Amino acid sequence: MGERVGIEVSLAAAEAVKMANADVIAAYPITPQTHIVEHLSELVNDGELDAEFIPVESEHSAMSVCCGSSAVGARTFTCTSSQGMALMNEIIFCAASMRFPIVMILANRSLNGPLSIWNDHSDVMSIRDCGWIQVFTENGQEVFDHVMFAFRVAENPSVSLPVIVNLDGFVLTHVIEPIEFWNQETVKKYLPDFKPVNQLHPDNPITLGAFGMPGVFTETKKAQDEALIKSKPEILKAWEEMGNLVGRHYKPVETYKAEEAETVFLTMGSFGETVSVAVDELRAQGKPVGQIKLRLWRPFPFEEFREAVRGHKRIIVLDRALSYGGPGGPVASEVRAALYQEENMPAITNFLCGLAGRDVTAKDYIAMYEQTEQMAQGKVKQEDYIIYGVRE
Amino acid sequence: MVKSEEELGWKDLEVGCAVSDAGNASQYKTGDWRSLRPIWDKTKCIRCGVCYIFCPDMAIQKTEEGYFEADLYYCKGCGICAQECITGCITMVEEEE
Repeated sequence: MGERVGIEVSLAAAEAVKMANADVIAAYPITPQTHIVEHLSELVNDGELDAEFIPVESEHSAMSVCCGSSAVGARTFTCTSSQGMALMNEIIFCAASMRFPIVMILANRSLNGPLSIWNDHSDVMSIRDCGWIQVFTENGQEVFDHVMFAFRVAENPSVSLPVIVNLDGFVLTHVIEPIEFWNQETVKKYLPDFKPVNQLHPDNPITLGAFGMPGVFTETKKAQDEALIKSKPEILKAWEEMGNLVGRHYKPVETYKAEEAETVFLTMGSFGETVSVAVDELRAQGKPVGQIKLRLWRPFPFEEFREAVRGHKRIIVLDRALSYGGPGGPVASEVRAALYQEENMPAITNFLCGLAGRDVTAKDYIAMYEQTEQMAQGKVKQEDYIIYGVRE
Repeated sequence: MVKSEEELGWKDLEVGCAVSDAGNASQYKTGDWRSLRPIWDKTKCIRCGVCYIFCPDMAIQKTEEGYFEADLYYCKGCGICAQECITGCITMVEEEE
């Protein structure tokens, strides 16, 4: 067991990257990710972390540097948010298709416009199909643990894929929490040295990033899809081993008071804890309500998710991004698709809330539950999606 | 010799589509991009090799007699050789099936 310290989540994340002994960090500061990058540059400057900190001129360059450093076999980390991620976009897709095990923390923030620096999930949802492994965290401890997890899974030779750790901007990045640090021995046990599957080296020249003609492109995409699907057993193993080492047991889909629940909330990220408070209150009122938390977003855990929702009558899916002119929030779309073939598919209501940092309290979730009940009883019209709290 | 792209199944591909077999770009047939073909008039050719030097695809080779000809597996028919030829001995002619 490591030491438990009160620390800002961003600083703890940077300390985790230090303990994971990253070799190269290439990043450009952007709110609300800034403290992570600033602290890492301090650690490198002060000689506490023996790494190259490359202060690039843009996020596009940051991700390009990461591809290069990962290709030569350096443990590589970067970190961004929103517009920075958008500027990286082109290379984010390259990193996955070239199977570079880069670890990125994405401090989730809304995409412009209007200009906003606050938290929602519109950034990560815009790269849903980028081919990276994507996980969500709910508090600072989960962030710290998932930095280790991300390096472990990404660099596993049978995975060799980049990993995004999502944490909510401000709500997590700027809060001070008690976080149990791992000791260095535990990190060493959990995280073997990085040995790249393909390595750029003058002694053994290879080509990475060659172009793909129409005659072979389809096969490259099938191979990439299979690689992401097949990373799941390795992800499960990495969580299991972490559980054995530090006593915190993570799963692709987690539940809270879901037994005997007729209605379940589905959450991703930091809103999960507030929803748990709402669930407690509703349970105290005798309402059969529970919660399902989706931790693993890609590869989507179909099997675990279907198992978790089995027997529930209604799911309240919370989305923190819009799909303009589409079928609702991106999470609800996925959930509907995942359950379409199921017998006794639960009714799905979709609330979009907490856009660009707007507060959503336990009281609001209780209101969403009540609205869902009214829709179920036919008292109000069942909508495909509802933008919660929007003023007329 | 590696498999041609038409023969490759997805399981044959290396991780991240790396190519560990050096020099296999030579297998890539660019000759079928061509709509014009260079022909040399030996009566005007002074065997200076300017065409050979300027060819961007290294698709011009020297014959035993010291003249030059296009390797039609690679020649894209860009016409740079004809443009640069000092004596004007290279003509681009339409490819006919």
